[in-house]
Amino acid sequence: MEIEKIKEFLGSYEGPRMKIMEICGSHTGAIHKNGIPKLLSENIELISGPGCPVCVTPSAYIDRLIEISKEEGRCVVSFGDLLRVPGSRGSLSEAMGKGGRVKMVYSPLDILKLAKGEPATEFVFAAIGFETTAPVYAILIDSLIRDNIKNVKILTAMKTMEMAVDYICSSGGGIDGFIAPGHVCVVAGAKEFEAAAEKYALPFVVSGFTGEDILKTLYLLVKNRGKGRVINAYGSVVTYDGNLAAQEMIDKYFERTDAVWRGIGELKGSGLALRTEYAGFDAGSRELVEDIKINRACACDKVIIGAMRPEECPLFKKVCSPMNPQGACMVSPEGTCNTHFAIEG
Amino acid sequence: MTDTVTMAHGSGGSATKELIENVFAAEFSNDTLNAMEDSAVVPASEKIALTTDSFVVKPVEYKGGNIGRLSICGTVNDLLMRGSKPEYITAGFILEEGLDIDLLKRIVKSAAETAREAGVRIVAGDTKVIDGNGGIYINTAGVGLLDPAAEDISAKRASDGDVIIVSGNLGDHHSAILTDRLGIDSDIESDNAPLVDIVGNLLKSGVEIHTLRDITRGGLATVLKELAESSGTCFYINENDIPASAAVKSFAAMLGLEPLYMGNEGKLAAVVAAKDVERALEIIRNSKYGADAVIVGEVKAEESRRGRLIVRTEIGSEREVGILKGEGLPRIC
Repeated sequence: MEIEKIKEFLGSYEGPRMKIMEICGSHTGAIHKNGIPKLLSENIELISGPGCPVCVTPSAYIDRLIEISKEEGRCVVSFGDLLRVPGSRGSLSEAMGKGGRVKMVYSPLDILKLAKGEPATEFVFAAIGFETTAPVYAILIDSLIRDNIKNVKILTAMKTMEMAVDYICSSGGGIDGFIAPGHVCVVAGAKEFEAAAEKYALPFVVSGFTGEDILKTLYLLVKNRGKGRVINAYGSVVTYDGNLAAQEMIDKYFERTDAVWRGIGELKGSGLALRTEYAGFDAGSRELVEDIKINRACACDKVIIGAMRPEECPLFKKVCSPMNPQGACMVSPEGTCNTHFAIEG
Repeated sequence: MTDTVTMAHGSGGSATKELIENVFAAEFSNDTLNAMEDSAVVPASEKIALTTDSFVVKPVEYKGGNIGRLSICGTVNDLLMRGSKPEYITAGFILEEGLDIDLLKRIVKSAAETAREAGVRIVAGDTKVIDGNGGIYINTAGVGLLDPAAEDISAKRASDGDVIIVSGNLGDHHSAILTDRLGIDSDIESDNAPLVDIVGNLLKSGVEIHTLRDITRGGLATVLKELAESSGTCFYINENDIPASAAVKSFAAMLGLEPLYMGNEGKLAAVVAAKDVERALEIIRNSKYGADAVIVGEVKAEESRRGRLIVRTEIGSEREVGILKGEGLPRIC
């Protein structure tokens, strides 16, 4: 169907109200970048889900990174947007100001050069992210073994989407359909969401990231309301089975583990941790389960499952802003609160 | 002279004298500077424009330029944006111990060439040496003579019906710096350039210019949002018209950045009365560094949208955008 006709359909839709969740942070960004909500009828509501990796990382994990950054002879290596995520006692960025040693990189593999250049320092990579990022950490471990590099470890808080989606479907938030994360499905395959689709009789549409991609996805979701099926609308890059080579790399080094999601709590089998035989590369990841809010009024926990809109949080735009985030959803440009803050101007 | 800068070069003694004579005076030479007085005495009209800026970019050399060229362009362009003709510049160099003298010479030569290109004279300067690892930082201040016809050019003047022109592709400088930091092989060059020709030609033509702004850190979005707030109007821009090269677009997409928010060092936004916009566009396109100029949107006086910046999206919707918050860091996935 032509895009103009799809826009007309979505703008004038008068059928049963539909609450649609986009799981992926990049979709959240694309939806707002393209001004999608303004094109939809009032009966179609878009909700942002837990798909921003920094937003779901528990405070104990940040606290531990900060401790490591202050230890003699150790250095934390991280992506940029993790630097400002608040733990229970400040952020990595604040720790840097107090003498903590933190390096920002653009790829986990940058740590190889750092480690070779400074053999007396132990570099600890903050390994967070979903199925999309996991293969790169596997390649990192592979490279460490191949090059016999001994001064690199990773601290993991990696997540997988399947159990989080199951939790959201079962938590009574009333979601009627999901924009399935295109990047995750490149690795995991469209099959990743088949079980949840059937179990909860909900449509999942695997989507690309342009404005037109998302409009087509919304059209398919509305048309398939109440049907438990996965539709792959991102067939140019996503297959049913996903990237098998990447999955093998993940399985070689990592195994499923229980994981704590910031604000949600523990979800069985929703994390990835280093296998026992590679524990030598682990900087103590499995104990990091505590999740203390820095501001008890912060509602990020409700925001990431779609139970509350960012504007309804008592802290939103009052004490919580991208420059002074009280919760993780305000930190990353892909975080729901951050995105909504930008729209509000 | 040694191959690298040492603490002795900052002592004020013979090594300092040697450094100034061999590196700075050789390139920046002019009658006022050569007098080596404690301060420069220069003629001025009644109204002058005055500005200062510091440059701490790393890497100090990048594709298409270096910190020397940048330090002159930045100050010259700030003077131009108030409708003044840049005349005099001061340059303060803070050098870290260990700085390679050949590198310093390249930077100083580049600054001198850029000053000549922009038609300004470097009339005073300073050099200090500090502990460090061979880095270099430059502060420049500039004086421009105000064109009486341009006295009203200011951020407050954008008004209903005005049209917004951008002088060329966005994001080149930001991308050149980032590709270097990331070790990515790319042909993207910085756009650092003095915009003397564009502004001079516009002023000479008599077209009704309301506002001029160079589009530096924070990018076009930040600049236009500030102009909307200053003038109490609403700025509309069309996503399809935002100019960026194919290379910058794909590089930005890869890192999760937007050309709309990326830094430039040789681009300006001009807010022009609608009646003169086609002429202004032609003048900019025929000026040095303005060949890719385009119209990107317009200004409206809407009471309910005062101070706002609205982007009309590719798929026919709207989104409101604000100034850049934080550092524009690439995303994780």
